[in-house]
Amino acid sequence: MEAKKYSLFDFVYKYGTVAVIAIVILLFSLTNPYFFTYANITDILRSISIVTFVAVGVTFSLIVGGFDLSVGSTVSLTTVVSASMMVWYEQGAVATLAVPIVLAVLVGLINALLVVKIRIPDLLATLAMLYIVNGVHMTYSKGYSIYANMPMEDGTTAPGKFQEWFLWLGQGEILSVPVPVLLTFLLVAVTHIYLTYTRQGRMLYMTGGNVEAARLSGIPVNRYRTLAYVLSALFAGLGGMLLAARIGTGQVSSGGSMLMDAVAAAFVGFSVFGAGKPNVFGTFVGAILIGVLLNGMTMLNLPYYAYDIIKGIVLALALAVTYYQLRRKRA
Amino acid sequence: MTTLQMNGIMKQFSGVPALRSVDFEVKAGEVHALLGANGAGKSTLMKILTGAYVADGGSIVIDGREAAIQSPQDAKALGIQCVYQEVDTALIPYLSVAENILLDRQIQAKGLISWRRLYEEAEAILARFGFSIPVKKQVEACTLSEKQLILIARATVQQARFIIFDEPTAPLSNTETERLFQIIEQCKQAGLGIIYISHRLPEIFQICDRITVMRDGQRISTKETADTTMDEVIAAMLGKTFSEEFPKTQVPIGETILEVKNARGGKVRRADLHVREGEIVGVVGLVGAGKTELARLLFGADEWEDGKLIVNGRALRLRTPKEAVQAGIVLVPEERRKEGIFVEESVARNLSVATLAKWSPRGFVKQRLESEQAEKIVRKLGVKTAGIRQPVGHLSGGNQQKVAIGKWLDTDARIFMFDEPTKGVDIGAKSDIYRLIGSLAAEKKGILYFSCEFPEVLGIADRILVMFEGQIVKELSREEATQESIMYYASGGE
Repeated sequence: MEAKKYSLFDFVYKYGTVAVIAIVILLFSLTNPYFFTYANITDILRSISIVTFVAVGVTFSLIVGGFDLSVGSTVSLTTVVSASMMVWYEQGAVATLAVPIVLAVLVGLINALLVVKIRIPDLLATLAMLYIVNGVHMTYSKGYSIYANMPMEDGTTAPGKFQEWFLWLGQGEILSVPVPVLLTFLLVAVTHIYLTYTRQGRMLYMTGGNVEAARLSGIPVNRYRTLAYVLSALFAGLGGMLLAARIGTGQVSSGGSMLMDAVAAAFVGFSVFGAGKPNVFGTFVGAILIGVLLNGMTMLNLPYYAYDIIKGIVLALALAVTYYQLRRKRA
Repeated sequence: MTTLQMNGIMKQFSGVPALRSVDFEVKAGEVHALLGANGAGKSTLMKILTGAYVADGGSIVIDGREAAIQSPQDAKALGIQCVYQEVDTALIPYLSVAENILLDRQIQAKGLISWRRLYEEAEAILARFGFSIPVKKQVEACTLSEKQLILIARATVQQARFIIFDEPTAPLSNTETERLFQIIEQCKQAGLGIIYISHRLPEIFQICDRITVMRDGQRISTKETADTTMDEVIAAMLGKTFSEEFPKTQVPIGETILEVKNARGGKVRRADLHVREGEIVGVVGLVGAGKTELARLLFGADEWEDGKLIVNGRALRLRTPKEAVQAGIVLVPEERRKEGIFVEESVARNLSVATLAKWSPRGFVKQRLESEQAEKIVRKLGVKTAGIRQPVGHLSGGNQQKVAIGKWLDTDARIFMFDEPTKGVDIGAKSDIYRLIGSLAAEKKGILYFSCEFPEVLGIADRILVMFEGQIVKELSREEATQESIMYYASGGE
């Protein structure tokens, strides 16, 4: 009896998340014929592309045993900065791409300084950065969203507009696959290969697995932790730029809700295929799960303010499975 | 007169006897020393007395009446208090000195706290002993010796009849030690029975009335201090020579490869040493003498305050273990699971962690190279595992230790440091580890072997350095070293 019970749990642990996605898709498909169509599926993928960027960043910070709460603010920051480069300053591709990226990397470096060098606990340090970066982006945009022809302070209208190539990143299609979806696939593939097959990826996991043993094995753990925070901020920053491209505005405070979704996706990812540790592929599956749920609930005309209840329950279940398994392993 | 007697106390841990019918007695108004080498059973005996463990057999009798001690509460109710060596485990750092001293009363208190009374009482208690610690100070901000004094004060408020002092002088300065001895004298005059545990023989002979020596879970002797000598006590602690065989291979000794001058940092107060090619240097001392700290210092894991490190004739400043590894110094740390291995990772990944650059040309890990290396080391060290993809956490202690050692074998290390490498390792794996260390010496590596197991070091080392309180106090050649001479210097003899 005992053995059978455990093997059932093992099945749930390994394939539970994937099974839940399959069941949810099945249910929604049965209730709404439009759900399982190509148009809707690409819609779902497009809607999760930005969260996936942010969640992959969070995954990096989790891998080294850290946590990055500032990613949502970083999204907001690069959204308005990239928009302002085009709309306010009429800059070309170089500045529009480079300035927000540099800023995002800077946020990552400051996080690393606080956590790795000054040794503030990660949650607290990045909480402080959440406020600071959010404040910076509000101050910079003066609280206004940035769009073409917006009124400026001196009474004139903004000189520039969103450029075609930039909008294409968020709205275009290649062979009827949305560009942001392709970018997401690319990101997941590259980071997955990096983490699974390269020496640096291995070292990131070793650092997170046992930081003292890693240090005493001659791994420069502080350098890897710094790298993780920089990548976390960088991917969040890229997500923010993609967001500006998709909606065609530099929406103010747009990243706030990203943080929780990204964290949820990354933690759901722990349980995908029984990984038991943060991994990019699992994170992607987690993001898909959240996207599918949101999309389906919208179609069912559930009140949007109830969505968080469902998201929270999914997260709690995934965490319960993961931590129950960890406890069993240790016992 | 109050007397506490422990009769025929027995205790087993998963079938292994830790105490075999031990008798022990302490009377009111006496200071009774409890002595023994590491693992002799003193702590187990004291934990039974304080209710942390329950004995498997035997009885505890106070004033002729049998006392059933099943829990720490029972022990406290009987007036048995302990001043633990790890003071931080017994104090609450966020609370004030006064709150910590009167902790038990506060736990039982009903209604509101009268802060004024609390502080006054605590002050009165401290004044009784002549301690001067501000009672409103946070314990977190107290020095180690102040914390110790707080614990002593706390023990006395709770109507103690018997107090156990476990290595109380270790963190104290000379004047503080003198002060503590006066306090112990006061307690003694007040009619308390005191059990005094210490590794420092001179102070035991200074303050104790009787001395009981334990070894291998048995009581060896109990004598009036006046009727015995340090040599006699040392002989009783060590017993007859051990019969275990250590395969010492003779290796020609070459050039000096590591030299350390006046190293200082953290607990290490002064260390001078050198290691030559093919030489096994044992660094011995009792628990807490600073061996682990010295090993970590030489590995760049802790910060140097002063001193010089010369590797192959080149002076180096080590700031991180990475730099030590690059300089050819490696460490197999004492806390295996916390510092030596990655329990959730596979054997192969554990073995490749220090050499992964070799197995990953252009940054990508070549699984084949990594596996070949892992297979090779597993074979060489005789690691018993179901396969190299097995998580290391599933292996036995001895095999985990082999993995912790194995990760360094393919590096260019010339100096291998081992910190208590046989701790928690079964006898078979033990001799494998000795053989491996011998073969490293034969490959002209220099070995530093840190241990508190004297017989092991006597068996394996060419030269022995004895540590006491953060300093290397004596160097002994293989020929002149005996367990007695090591114990003598390791307990502060001069």
